[in-house]
Amino acid sequence: MIELRQIHKIFNKGKANQVNAVNCVDLTIAEKEFLVIVGSNGSGKTTLLNLVAGSILPSSGSISINDTDVTKLPEYKRSEWIARVFQNPLSGTAPDLSIIDNFRLAAIRTQPKGLTIGVNPNFKSRVKDKIASLGMGLENKTEQLMGTLSGGQRQALTLLMSVMDSCKVLLLDEPTAALDPRSAEIVMKTAERLVNEFGLTAILVTHNLKDAFTYGNRIIQMAEGKIIKDFREKGKSALKQNDLFDWFA
Amino acid sequence: MDFYLATLIQGLCFSAIALGIYISMKIFNIPDITTDGSYTLGGVITAKLLMAHQPIYIVLPAVIAAGAAAGALTGIIHTKLKINALLAGILVMYALYSINLSIMGRSNIPLTNVSTLFSMINFASDPNKNTFFVLIGFVAVIAVLIGYLLKTDFGIAMRATGNSESMIRALGVNTDRMKIIGLALANALTALSGFLITQFQSFADINMGIGIVITGLGSVIIAEALVNWFRITSVWLTLALVLSGAIIFQFVIAVTLSIGVSPTLLKLVTAVFVLLIVGLPRLSFKNSS
Repeated sequence: MIELRQIHKIFNKGKANQVNAVNCVDLTIAEKEFLVIVGSNGSGKTTLLNLVAGSILPSSGSISINDTDVTKLPEYKRSEWIARVFQNPLSGTAPDLSIIDNFRLAAIRTQPKGLTIGVNPNFKSRVKDKIASLGMGLENKTEQLMGTLSGGQRQALTLLMSVMDSCKVLLLDEPTAALDPRSAEIVMKTAERLVNEFGLTAILVTHNLKDAFTYGNRIIQMAEGKIIKDFREKGKSALKQNDLFDWFA
Repeated sequence: MDFYLATLIQGLCFSAIALGIYISMKIFNIPDITTDGSYTLGGVITAKLLMAHQPIYIVLPAVIAAGAAAGALTGIIHTKLKINALLAGILVMYALYSINLSIMGRSNIPLTNVSTLFSMINFASDPNKNTFFVLIGFVAVIAVLIGYLLKTDFGIAMRATGNSESMIRALGVNTDRMKIIGLALANALTALSGFLITQFQSFADINMGIGIVITGLGSVIIAEALVNWFRITSVWLTLALVLSGAIIFQFVIAVTLSIGVSPTLLKLVTAVFVLLIVGLPRLSFKNSS
């Protein structure tokens, strides 16, 4: 599904503050794989996610998604496959737009945004049904501005928005880092449900080792821009939560 | 001419510029100074073409196209060369002064013996009342078109571009292209104000645009104060308030002049007025919290 070949990413090349954020990474992520990336700050895991998303381009190496070479493709063109949930709940939604308008944009992520009015009664009821599945009581507030909601509510809605249009890859960039434990759990449970329901390939970057242990079917650890540990399916389920803590000891 | 009617007409002429500033400043979050130049450009092209006895159906598209080109240029400089939007606007505005002067060939063109938008269509026998009715129709059409645009999928993407750029890029929108289109639209509207004012006052002048951005800003800021005050979220109501903002702004200026404030001080008074509308809500907010 996603292939990274010999990926290097160097920031500030040739200057005193040069950083080799990603250092020769080879990574193949299979379809429907739910990959968890852990690593300490500066290990390159968020850079790796940004490289897949296209918000930064690699210094060398190649990236392909669904057998298409996307190495030079800008972020907005990769949205054909990729939906993304940001660490900051504010980044994934437009605060001054209503919930329904936010969902409308998400629903036409892979399509041209034309000169017709797409927010019709039919669309509204479709969105209400989706939002009702969260069980947060937001289904009757669709005309409310996104900015009036809490971080947890916005993050949960961002997740729902990502599957409004055809989506193959879901990128989760520390989606619960800014949330309280209860909201965080709702968001992660929703993510898992959507990944299974829609057969998505997902990448989760997290510092929360409990989440890293609980979710996903493959885990890698990064350090200094390299992948230093990689456990799949059975290997991951054989891991104990304490093993993860030991990785960071 | 009746004091109120004249002010109302001025306000309606400036409502296009208010809509333009609303799009650049409120929707795209870009302070666009191109306005001063594109407003004059609209007036200059109107005067030049009308004096060449071109019909309105040629003049109007020409004005819109010229304004849009000026805005698009600012947009391209801002997004492709990564130059600060304010500086990009100032550069284009500055360059437009020479362009406007070359088009005109002199610094002032009076409109004599030409049929204008206001003399072509007849609703009332009194010319000023007729101008007023024509303007109401004209502005209503513009407002409905912009309102419809903002409600479409494209319009939602436009509104999101100025609001959450990271989100809208992840949702497959080319934000550079969106900003260029937005600035083109905003300056096309600004040029329309130049088109209307030139025909209303029967001349175009090279200096007509100096500081005109304040008229647009003042109108939008009045509208914004009302939007916040009444917690309005509807696109239509917001647009209606932007139009009212343009009219209220003209009334404030007219009243200031009529109570005997010297025209020399007009720009100072206007600046203080705009400062007050922006500043007062913040001051009172501070006290209550």
